[in-house]
Amino acid sequence: MSDLTTRDSAETPDHGHGPTTDGDGTDLARPLFTGPGALPAADVPHRPRASDVNPKAARRVERQIAAMFMLAVLMVILFVIAYVGIDPYTMAYVPVLGEVGAQNAALGFTFGLGVFAIGAGAIQWAKKLMPDVEVVQERHTMTSDAEETDAAAEQFERGKEESGFGQYRLIRRTLIAALALFPIPLVVLLRDLWSPKNGGFGPSPSEVLSETAWTEGMPIVTDGTYVKIRPEEIPVGGLVSALPENINEIQEEEHNLNARGKAAILLVRMEPDEIRSQQGEGWDFEGIVAYSKICTHVGCPIALYEHRTHHLLCPCHQSTFDLADAGNVIFGPAARRMPQLPIGVNEEGFLVAKMPFQEPVGPSFWERG
Amino acid sequence: MSTVEKVGGSVATYVDNRTGSNRFLARNLKKVFPDHWSFMLGEIALYSFIVVLLTGVFLTLFYKPSMVEVVYDGSYVPLKGVMMSEAYASTLDISFDVRGGLLIRQMHHWAALLFIAAMSVHMMRVFFTGAFRKPREFNWIIGVTLIALGLAAGFSGYSLPDDLLSGTGLQIARGIIQAIPIVGTWGAFLLFDGEFPGTEFISRLYGVHILLVPGLILALVTVHLMLVWVQKHTQFPGPGRTNNNVVGYPLMPIYMAKAGGFFFVVFGVITLIGGLVTVNPIWIFGPYTPDQVSAGSQPDWYIGWLDGMLRIMPNWETVLFGYTISWNIFLPAVVIPGIVFTAAALYPFLEAWATGDKRDHNLLDRPRNAPVRTGIGVMAITFYFLLFIGGGNDIIAITFDLSINSIIWFLRIAVIVGPPIAFLITKRICLGLQRRDREKLLHGYESGRILRLPHGEFIEVHEPLTPKERAVIESAVEAYHTPLPAAQKTDANGVRNKHYRRENLRAKLSHWFYGDAIVPPTYDEIEAGQAHVAHDAAIEAPLHEHDVDTTVMVPFHGGILHTEGEPATNREQLEERGGNL
Ligand code: HEM
Ligand code: FES
Repeated sequence: MSDLTTRDSAETPDHGHGPTTDGDGTDLARPLFTGPGALPAADVPHRPRASDVNPKAARRVERQIAAMFMLAVLMVILFVIAYVGIDPYTMAYVPVLGEVGAQNAALGFTFGLGVFAIGAGAIQWAKKLMPDVEVVQERHTMTSDAEETDAAAEQFERGKEESGFGQYRLIRRTLIAALALFPIPLVVLLRDLWSPKNGGFGPSPSEVLSETAWTEGMPIVTDGTYVKIRPEEIPVGGLVSALPENINEIQEEEHNLNARGKAAILLVRMEPDEIRSQQGEGWDFEGIVAYSKICTHVGCPIALYEHRTHHLLCPCHQSTFDLADAGNVIFGPAARRMPQLPIGVNEEGFLVAKMPFQEPVGPSFWERG
Repeated sequence: MSTVEKVGGSVATYVDNRTGSNRFLARNLKKVFPDHWSFMLGEIALYSFIVVLLTGVFLTLFYKPSMVEVVYDGSYVPLKGVMMSEAYASTLDISFDVRGGLLIRQMHHWAALLFIAAMSVHMMRVFFTGAFRKPREFNWIIGVTLIALGLAAGFSGYSLPDDLLSGTGLQIARGIIQAIPIVGTWGAFLLFDGEFPGTEFISRLYGVHILLVPGLILALVTVHLMLVWVQKHTQFPGPGRTNNNVVGYPLMPIYMAKAGGFFFVVFGVITLIGGLVTVNPIWIFGPYTPDQVSAGSQPDWYIGWLDGMLRIMPNWETVLFGYTISWNIFLPAVVIPGIVFTAAALYPFLEAWATGDKRDHNLLDRPRNAPVRTGIGVMAITFYFLLFIGGGNDIIAITFDLSINSIIWFLRIAVIVGPPIAFLITKRICLGLQRRDREKLLHGYESGRILRLPHGEFIEVHEPLTPKERAVIESAVEAYHTPLPAAQKTDANGVRNKHYRRENLRAKLSHWFYGDAIVPPTYDEIEAGQAHVAHDAAIEAPLHEHDVDTTVMVPFHGGILHTEGEPATNREQLEERGGNL
């Protein structure tokens, strides 16, 4: 019991002043111990197992365990056979699971069952044949003895004395300064995780984020097939996923998908009188409106459009925008309307952007304002 | 002595001469580990982590962490000729053209899911039983850190295949980073080498996923286990178990066989599932491109609550002096998770301060005996599950034909009201159970047998508790405390108490924590009560046999075997075996 009175708990906790109304809290200083009702572990009633009292039962358990280990051996052999013998492209039907790759399933089954059998055998062995008697061990508190603590303090003092750490104030302060600054190079080195092309100072992140590939007069092409679009090809209620005409050139030049991630738009046609408002006067073309496809919440591309309500629903967090009403947010966690791209047709009759996006597309950011 | 033993002995000597290992073995081979099913949760976490490491190394041999665009030319026909990143193409190769590759990939994924699940449930076990109390606070903090690292490991791994689903996850992560005030855009640009998706991110993430995060996890797991070893495992109350002993099975051979065997069981089960049950069929999603998305996309389960929080957040955004603060993203994705993890990590210290309990605790609490703590735990779980439901709101809406708007509005209210209600209900239930325990200690338990007394009265026979039941229930006596005294503004001499406000807060918290507990009987009352019940039960049911020491009934071959004079207690068994195991 004395083991338990650690130095922490022996301290009288400061429990406030004066008389008490609702308990005195002193029982927290009482060492924990199990009461007089508890049996010593050694006297706990014990039920012998069948394998303890009946040699035949014990032998049966022995055979059981050995059989499990044999199963593990067998499964390894079957695994190798499945690896070389089964064609990787054959499918097999397994009840409940449906069609699965035959070889993969066989490899998993043989390997898994074999490994499982090793474990099951070992546990069975422990449970049935090894003694099932609980034993008792004393614990010792983690706290060091007073002498040990004093010895440690003494050693520490000696070190401090011998180094003169307490004495050389200048050394101490300069050392602290040096140690405080030494990680800085490690952080500075991270600067080039992003370096604008050609070194030097390029545009800032917010400038980059505010631009897209859309320029005045840029033809609009379909996503996937990259053909220019005539207004009459889009029926009322229709939805087209689209990109700027030069998107593939940019991609080849930059070797990345960044431009695509910003420039993607949706073209939607409704009856001109269904358009209640837009982000700019005459930004539609005969009822065709173009909105960014990138959600203003955290940037998922959107493609769920309900043509009767003109609602656009983001599949990621269900923000809903109304394309008949300037792309405003109707519901969900997005705070900003979908940016609209002003469109018209060129002299050949193809849809084009009349100007670039007038606000940054995609998720908000600090400098966006 | 057999040859094997001789060789073994000389190897042991060889090693001991150089390391002193025998000293360690002599002390530790008999080290006692207490047994309880819930102690296996941590083991499952450890073993699934080992499986993750083994399968992960195999995957590195075939996986190419590169975003260079290539034309797919493997054996999965639907994607033949499609442009995709090398990362995605190599994951397809692992899945279709490396024999057993899909097995290992799925094992890796299933083991990762199990790893995080087991850690989470293990954490709950530790919380509800008070195993985080002194001296085990460090291990609690390590545990909270491990869960956070587990999420990082899982999310980074999930993103490596560079399929449409994982790319969308990264796109969301980019949006979240970008929403951090002041440094957001710079943070995102540094991580992605400029704009999203860029060409560098997969290879950067790769290093994080296969080295940095697993390395940290491995280091922390090692410290975690060393502390368990040194501090010895906690145990549940039971006969012979006190706060300063450990009752259980010795490391060699029983614990070794059970725990070692259990490793193979976990390994085997993961392998079976990996072979038979598809997880993350990336070939269906297609390669990543930033302008497409698949509807109904779901992250792995452990990200669900974060996603849910993002979904149900109202769309608040402020523009101040030309700068944007996106509360709708920053709060649910950065601030609240930060608070949740910090609060979790600090909980042991908060509880210890509030209760003033500075003692070592090696005997676990039964959750009912700490009603407030249990209530707080259930409150946290409720919060988690509501958010988790939020993460699947579209699926729920479709499955049950509900409107997403009403689900979101329900959840917005429920995450605020639900947890406190859960707290109150849980606390009530705990107190009810405490009352019942008190009855049992004083009057035994109701056997369900009705007796008719000679004068016609019907009574229900009460039975005394078995030693095991009694020891378990009796632990309520030790768990019971009166709250700290109310703080006083001035002391007896009228001197102002400088710490009044702090002490007052603390007394109030302590009152909240202990105030409603049911006062358990004293040991003397229990002793008297049990003796009384035993006496009555013996008179009322003279034929009832409850003295296990005289005859042991062993179920055997479908019948019952009476073996007179079998060793009946641990002690006798031990003696029969010559005093040792
Ligand atoms: C620390 C815990 C770890 C967790 C929770 C974890 C989780 C994951 C997950 C969920 C995936 C996606 C698998 C998929 O469905 O394709 C993954 C992929 C991967 N992991 Fe891990 N992992 C861990 C550690 C490791 C380690 C230690 C390595 C290597 C030494 C590794 C190597 C890989 C590789 C190469 C991939 C990509 C291959 C592929 O996706 O097929 N992982 N990881
Ligand atoms: S990304 Fe569209 S709602 Fe979140």
